[in-house]
Amino acid sequence: MDTPSLIFFLLAALLVISSLLVVFLRNVVHCAMALVTALLIIAILFVTLHAPMVGILQVMVYAGAIMVLFLFVIMFLNPVDLERQRGLWWGFGTILSLMLACVLIPMFINDESPADPVAATDIFGSPEMLAKSLFNDFVLPFEIASVLLLVAIIGAVVLAKREH
Amino acid sequence: MVPLNYYLILSAVIFAIGVIGVLIRRNLIVVLMSIELMLNAVNLTFIAFSRYLGSVEGQVVVFFVMAVAAAEAVIGLAIVISVFRHRQSLDPQEMQLLKW
Repeated sequence: MDTPSLIFFLLAALLVISSLLVVFLRNVVHCAMALVTALLIIAILFVTLHAPMVGILQVMVYAGAIMVLFLFVIMFLNPVDLERQRGLWWGFGTILSLMLACVLIPMFINDESPADPVAATDIFGSPEMLAKSLFNDFVLPFEIASVLLLVAIIGAVVLAKREH
Repeated sequence: MVPLNYYLILSAVIFAIGVIGVLIRRNLIVVLMSIELMLNAVNLTFIAFSRYLGSVEGQVVVFFVMAVAAAEAVIGLAIVISVFRHRQSLDPQEMQLLKW
């Protein structure tokens, strides 16, 4: 087995383990730590897929901003020992998700999908190439995303404001 | 390099794990975390396709998914704070005012 495949399988195993920890750990802070691990591993996978710009953004936006927000809310609410016993739902949800996985995974086991990536140029995934695509073909979605973020900011302030 | 299938299967597994989290956890914050996990599984699919088909559009779409995920996390956590103030609980099963 060559080195890239070895790296992929190692990262995949770590990613699955940390995702399972996110779902099955009881303490919310531990879940958040496992989620940071999972997001960082996904960022590494992005870099191995010739998407360094997206990988850096993943670290900055997800592992940085969003996780800080989660941890801030966890500290603010201090929800330790609040979650009750899960009971029947535990088995029910697990079986449903296993069914979903059993439907999804066989569809991906075929010989039609490309086995080897297209030979990448040096600038593939660079900020320059991304910016060209973003500001030529995707200008309208870009503007809509900025409006969406503005709405989210205002909505968060209004929702979380203390009522008198 | 591994074939594209492997990345898709890995994404499907991560997505299914996220679905488990949304279904079985009774803590709103962990439910939001599981949704982030599912969004990341989809992002991984986009990046893998963009690499294997040699097109940069997949990476651009991931930008927008990240923007939407950030907005979703902010609004979701604001709602969590608001619910916690009213009910002193993070259990989604207690949010049943609209239940018939």
